[in-house]
Amino acid sequence: MRTTTGAHYGLSDWIVQRITAVAMAIYTLVMVVALLCGVATSYERWHAFFSSGPVQFATFLFAMCLCYHAWIGIRDIWMDYVKPVWVRLTLHSLTVLALLGYAGWCLEILWRL
Amino acid sequence: MPAFRPGDRMAAPRSKQLINKPRPKFLDLTAIRLPLAGFVSILHRISGSVLFLALPALIAMFALSLESPEGFERARQLMRQPMIAIPLFGLAWAYLHHFCAGIRFLLLDLHIGLDKQGAHQSAIAVMAVSLGLTTLLAAKLLGVF
Repeated sequence: MRTTTGAHYGLSDWIVQRITAVAMAIYTLVMVVALLCGVATSYERWHAFFSSGPVQFATFLFAMCLCYHAWIGIRDIWMDYVKPVWVRLTLHSLTVLALLGYAGWCLEILWRL
Repeated sequence: MPAFRPGDRMAAPRSKQLINKPRPKFLDLTAIRLPLAGFVSILHRISGSVLFLALPALIAMFALSLESPEGFERARQLMRQPMIAIPLFGLAWAYLHHFCAGIRFLLLDLHIGLDKQGAHQSAIAVMAVSLGLTTLLAAKLLGVF
């Protein structure tokens, strides 16, 4: 019998977790450089920075990577500590729904700029 | 016929005996001393879950800062309030720890620093860099320099 919840696709998730991590790490370093260059010193600069095409694109990718990465990480935590299938399924569902909502929220913030 | 009990050598063929042999277990968490690398690992999990829980607050702050000039000012003021600044420093540490420990795990994946001494040293480096940078960031936001 197949279990209702779990990772049936081990290696691909393992590699996705690392790819999203590297993408987010690069974005983080770029953001640190931008902050050191003073993008957060005024609203005009802050707004102009995130409105520029490449930054918007990269920020969107960062948000998507974050949600996917968080999904794999949080799912692994539930799988390690929560054994009853129904409790686990509920927690998995709530995690997916929350992360989908956050992804939509981030898209909406970037869309309005 | 008596019921089969684990460890009963007469009741099962040899292969079964091995499977049913009670394994030595030592899970007294108060007596196990976790090596620093293990500490870094569990903190990676804790920092990740803390960041996940804080996501709505962080996204809300980001939205506020980009909403309008007033929103930007408001976000800046909020970050100076102790009730918000202190949790933010905690989150900054969580991000930095997750970042540094993550890089350490990526290097271990590439078979870099797998030996006992190297793994211990990289664990020390993760703790030192993440705590050091958090202190630096906190000092900067508190206006020390």
